[in-house]
This record gives sequence, C-alpha cells and structure tokens, in this order.
Amino acid sequence: MTGALQRFLPLVVTTAVLVVGFLICAAQFPNFASWRVVANLLTDNAFLGITAVGMTFVILSGGIDLSVGAVIGFTTVLLAVLIEQGGWHPVPAFAVALIAAGGFGAAMGGVIHVFQMPPFIVTLAGMFIARGLGFVLTTDSVPINHPLYGELNDMALRFDFGLKLTLPALLMLGVVVAAVVLAHWTRFGANLYALGGNRQSAELMGVPVARTTVAVYGLSGLLAGLAGIVFSLYTGAGYSLAATGVELDTITAVVIGGTQLTGGYGYVVGTFVGVLIQGLIQTYITFDGSLSSWWTKIAIGVLLFVFILLQKGLLVVWAGRGGEPAEA
Amino acid sequence: MTASTAPPSAPLLAIRGLSKAFLGVQALDGVDFTLRHGEIHALLGENGAGKSTLIKTLTGVYQRDGGTVALEGREIAPRGVEEAQRLHIGTVYQEVNLLPNLSVAENLFLGRQPMRWGLVDRGAMRRRARAVLQPYGLSVDVTAPLGRFSVATQQIIAIARAVDMSAKVLILDEPTASLDAQEVAVLFKVMRTLRSRGIGIVFVTHFLDQVYEVCDSITVLRNGRLVGERRTADLPRLDLVAMMLGRELEAAAHRIDLGPAELDSRPPLASFKGFGKARSVEPFDLDIRPGEVVALAGLLGSGRTETVRLVFGMDRADKGEATVDGRPARLRGPRDAVRLGFGFCPEDRKKEGIVGELSVRENIILALQARQGWLKPIPRRRQEEIADRFIRLLDIRTPDAERPIQLLSGGNQQKALLARWLATEPRLLILDEPTRGIDVGAHAEIIRLIERLCADGMALLVVSSELEEIVAYSRRVVVLRDRRHVAELRGGEVSVERIVAAIASETPNPIASETPNIEVRQ
Repeated sequence: MTGALQRFLPLVVTTAVLVVGFLICAAQFPNFASWRVVANLLTDNAFLGITAVGMTFVILSGGIDLSVGAVIGFTTVLLAVLIEQGGWHPVPAFAVALIAAGGFGAAMGGVIHVFQMPPFIVTLAGMFIARGLGFVLTTDSVPINHPLYGELNDMALRFDFGLKLTLPALLMLGVVVAAVVLAHWTRFGANLYALGGNRQSAELMGVPVARTTVAVYGLSGLLAGLAGIVFSLYTGAGYSLAATGVELDTITAVVIGGTQLTGGYGYVVGTFVGVLIQGLIQTYITFDGSLSSWWTKIAIGVLLFVFILLQKGLLVVWAGRGGEPAEA
Repeated sequence: MTASTAPPSAPLLAIRGLSKAFLGVQALDGVDFTLRHGEIHALLGENGAGKSTLIKTLTGVYQRDGGTVALEGREIAPRGVEEAQRLHIGTVYQEVNLLPNLSVAENLFLGRQPMRWGLVDRGAMRRRARAVLQPYGLSVDVTAPLGRFSVATQQIIAIARAVDMSAKVLILDEPTASLDAQEVAVLFKVMRTLRSRGIGIVFVTHFLDQVYEVCDSITVLRNGRLVGERRTADLPRLDLVAMMLGRELEAAAHRIDLGPAELDSRPPLASFKGFGKARSVEPFDLDIRPGEVVALAGLLGSGRTETVRLVFGMDRADKGEATVDGRPARLRGPRDAVRLGFGFCPEDRKKEGIVGELSVRENIILALQARQGWLKPIPRRRQEEIADRFIRLLDIRTPDAERPIQLLSGGNQQKALLARWLATEPRLLILDEPTRGIDVGAHAEIIRLIERLCADGMALLVVSSELEEIVAYSRRVVVLRDRRHVAELRGGEVSVERIVAAIASETPNPIASETPNIEVRQ
C-alpha cells in the first residue's frame, strides 16, 4: 500500500544507506565483511544506542534531552567512587546509579510539566548540574578494578557461525527490542506519539500528560544511566568528562533514523540504524588508517544535512498531494 | 421562559440556574438548558453570550459557581475532560481535536486500546476501528495517518470516537465552520442518524439556515443570560434574530436624511464585481461612492468582517474583480489597499490597532509614515502639528500628545486610531465595529464624526452590530447572512426592522438542494 510505503520511506532510506555503506566498505577492505566487524560495531556503539533509544522517545513526545551525555559521565564517576572508594559491590552500585539517573530525568520531566518550561532549557540546566555533580565527586579519572568488571567484560554470547555478542551489545539489542514493543504495543507508546503530535489535542483526548512527560524523561535518564554502566564496563574507569557531546551524537542518530525533531513521527528501529551508520563511518576511518578521525564528524555532518533535506522534501511532496477525500 | 410542556421522563440533560463568573465578570447568570433524548438542540447567541462558557462547564474545563447540572436525573460536576467523557458527554470542536500524526484506528482508541496479554492488540484495534466507522459510511484505510483525510472526514471520525465512548450527550461546537455544503450535508446525515439512536446533540453554530435544517429546539443566550427556549417549528426566523440581537422590533425607524440625491449618479469610487473567496465569503457586488456611508449588517459570523478583509486586501479574493476610479485595481495585500487610498480601523484595537507603549503622537502618524516609507521620516515639527490637529479635531482626551496611548480610555484610543487613518487622508475608510467597548458619550461623538467625514467627500464602509447606529448614519446597508450578501437597503428603506427582516429572510438553501452522495447506514 502506498500509504505504508510513505510512512516507512525515511526508515527504508536510512536502512538502504547502511546497507550500501557496508557494501562499499566491504568492497574496499577485504577483511571488512566479517562477523568480528559486526560484533565490534555493536559493542563499540552500545552506550550510544542505548542512550539514543531514550532520546527517540523524548523527541517523539515533542521534547529534547540535552542532559544524557552528562548523566553518562556522572554515572561512570558515581560507580567508580562507590566501588573503588566506597568499597561497594558493583551490583548495588549499578542499582543506585540507575535509580539516581532515572530519578534525575523524572525530576526534569516534572519541572518541564509543572512550570511549562521549554525542555531545551530545563535539560540544558540538567546537563550542567549532572556534569558539575560528577566533578564534585572527583575530578580524576578513577580506574575500576573490581573482579566482576572483568567477568562481565568476558561474558559473551557466541554463535557457531562466528558472531560474538558481548554484554553491552546484548544489552543494546535488548533495549531496542523492548523499546519497539513499548512504542507500538503499549498505551504509553501511543500516548508519546499523541503528545508529540499535538499536546493540547492529546490532553483533550484524555492522555495523562503529566504522567507521560515525567515518565519519558525518567526513561531517558534511566537509559542514560544504563549507558553509563555500559560505558564504565567498556572503559573500565569513571571520569566526569566522559561522554562529552554524546547528547548531540544521539540526536544525530535519531534524526538520521527518520524521526522528526518536532515530534510525533518516527521509529525506534530507525534510530538503531542511525547509530549503526555513525559507527560504520567510524569503522571505515579506522580501517583506512590514513584519514583523520575528524572525517567522522564531517561525514556525519554531511549525512545529517542530507537526511534533513530529504525529510523536508518528503513533507513538501506529501503536502502537495493534499488531503484525500472520504471514500463513499 | 423555558418550554412549558413537561417532558414525560427525566430529560437527558437538565441545567438549572447555571452561573459562572470570571474576575467579577458574570459570564453565565442563572442559565437553564434542557436537552432531551434524541434531540438536536441549537445553542445560539452573539459574541459574549456565554455559549462557550456553558459548554466548557459541561465538559469539565470550568467548574461552575452555582446551579445544577443533572444527567438523566443524576447530578454531575465533571472536573475534567476525561471525567466528562466517562459521564457520557462527548465534544467535537471546530478545529478537529484529534491527532493528525496517529492512524485513524489509534485516534479512535487512544487511551482505551484493546489489550491482550498486557500489550495493545493492534489487529483487534484495526478490526474494531473499521466496525466503528462502518455505520457512518466511511470505509477508509484505518492504518493511514488521520492528517491525510479531509476536515469533514476527520470530524466524522471525531464524532465516531465520541459516540463509541458511549456518549449520550454530544456537543458539536461550530463543527460546520470550515466545511463546504457537501460536507455539511454528510455531517447532518450523521447527526440525524445519531438522533434516531436517542443521542442528544447540542449544536453550536452561527448559520441560521443550518439551525432550521437540522435542529428540533433552540436555546438563545445573550450576555450570559437565558433569552428563551423554543421549538424550532414554533419560532419564525424574525423572532429568532430578534431574540439573538435583543432588539425590540417596534423600535421606530428614525431619521432619514437621504443625503444629496445626486450621490447615486456619482461614479463609484470603488467597485467590486463577483468579489469573493472560498470558505470566507460568497462572491458579492459592492459599489462605494464618494461621500456615502455603506454599512455591513448581519449576525456574528455572517461574513461582515470577511468582506472588509477582502476589500482591504488582508485576505486575497480568489474570485471577481475590483475597480477603483473605473480602473482595475490589484488588491494583493494591505499595502496595495493603502496605495489606493483605503484606510482600515480593525475591530480588535488592542490586538490589531494601537501600539500601547508608543505615544499618542507616534500612534497617529504611524500609517502616514508607513505610506511615505520609513526612509523619509516626517519631521518632528510636522508630526506634532498633525497630532495636535487631530487631538483637537476629534477631541481626544489626553494631557498631551506624548502620553503612551495605553493609558487612554477605550473611546479615546479608538479616536486616535481613527486619527491615524484620517492623517493619511484616505478616500475610503473602513471601520470595523467603531463603537465597540466605548462609553455612550464617545459613541455619539464617533457617529457625529462619521457624518462629518462623509460631508467632506470621504467614503466609509462600516461594520457594526449596533443596528440603531447603522440606521442613524448609513445611506446604504448591505445585509449579510451565512457568508452571503443577501440584501441591500438604500435611503428610505434603511430601518432596524428591515435589517432584521433581511437577516431572518429565507433564501433557497444550497445544502438541501444538493443530493448528498454518501449513504449513512444505520
């Protein structure tokens, strides 16, 4: 049906870019088309993917969350301080970190709803607060040497055909699957889309606006906290300057994935593909070896620009078609 | 004042003595309203009558101050839209309040999706959506985003949602305002079907033809008070209009100084032929001669303001042509109109007219300066001369020309606005409700001023709800109804009675004559 194609077109284009990009890389570098590259792509971008899922929900609801990078940084520091200086076992430390990050997000959501403040400003303030709190705990990069970290890093799901999924990769895939279910098979998901479509209408149709707003920022904070745990596993340290600018990378992934920044339109799967495209560009530059890593940023910048133009173009084309008359 | 025939059983909805005040302003004052099962009941009234306050009290947006609301004999006091929906009161607004980005099915079932194993059962939702829409004759792709469909279709989907949420009372707040005749016909068919199922419909509209086409009863409000409730069949249009406007029809037609008879032989200053715009106002012919006052009369929403917006180029006409001084004129925007020597005093002076922080002088020279171009500033001395002249001429009460205009009274602000356009020496001045919100003294002065301006050869096009006022100064009155120019009264014909009669007159109804091609199944 043409209607379905229209709706999924941004997603289809994004996926096509990923596939074509992968084929180009494979054609250029003989070793590229391997399960190892795929596994690394998933592992290296796990924290970004997990964060971007939360960002997708926030943007779908018509908001934005600039605090996620800072929350990741804060979480790594909190874990390092609790485990190394406080002598905590990592598991309760993880729980505390998740609760703190989720609570922080929910509090921002509460402020946004109660005071009717622009999410941009509130989460910008949240970004500074989270970053600052990290520095209050410690300004150093604290290595985490707990044995559990080693065990968790060795954990992996191995498939016979050669794919090895690490714990971060598995976590990300699990989050993406759960997010798709949440977005399309729960009332919360429908409420998010409704809120992003038109806040006032959603309210008149009985959508619990307050609860949904608090929940979506809470969820974004929680996922940033989970990404922080993954990041600390990945780097084996806590550092308050960690994950600087990740909020912008996640927004990029969301937009490349076909979600509209104004809210109401988009898919979680698109964001996942957007994350993989960013990872692919990075991997290409690593394989090439002679290119500066800044080419990653330039490539992503160009790609982002092209995708925004594409979305705009699609909107214009659809608007030109006009509304369809009712069928008799 | 309410219907004397006692209903056999408890009415569907009985409102008694409803009161609501905002900041000391009594928006509703002891209003009664009765809706019976299987009835379409028009709720009518001019601006500020209290219709929307009544509706918002019913739907839980406002809490009432006094009175009782009983649904099937049971007292209710909804504290929110959700609660009103649970109490079987559904509302559909003029702008469809559904979500264009969600699919039709999701719109129908938002917040009450069919669930299975804790998850939304999307298949069941689609099937039930098709079933819900089937009686309305809509076979649309329920998975398509709502925004792809026409406003009329969206409106029917909104009604379907409300009815499916077991609405017994359906409030339609100006649902036809942005529909064309064909779409209105479909909507009415749906309304009649729902009525036959015993649902009570409250229908708010400005279109009298539509009231007489579908409504069983009429309740009229004015200034927050109940004027009366009648069966539609027992209420001639003339009486209805009189109820809405609150005019005593026996009020004598006074004056008539026809003005110099040779006026009619003068060539028109501006002439409009078949001028109109789809969904704004039907094509009309209008000649305006130098030195005459032409008034536009009609109920709220009849197309008066839309007409002057077209004449001044604020909306672009899509039909017909305008000629000024016998030459074709281009009216693509207010700038064109100003160049042709038109001036416009808008109705809402706070929003569209005065610049509150600027001084009286600056407000007065604004239009003149704009016409000269901002690169050629009017010398300060000249500005002061102009301002002082008009302050004297119009008797604007202000200590001096440098006072911020927001500190002046409404009447004096209105006069300063007039001065702004007079300073440009317009050949045609358009006044939209020139006397609204001004005290009686200033009122008379503005009318005197209007007469003097015309004696000087300026043409005036005035929109006013004050019929006595129109009669007092107009040479010609164009009467509008339902966005059509329905009559033109000239000279001796101009009287309050004749205007009211023209507003109430019945004309062939385009809706009834067209056969709708959509079947509404039951």
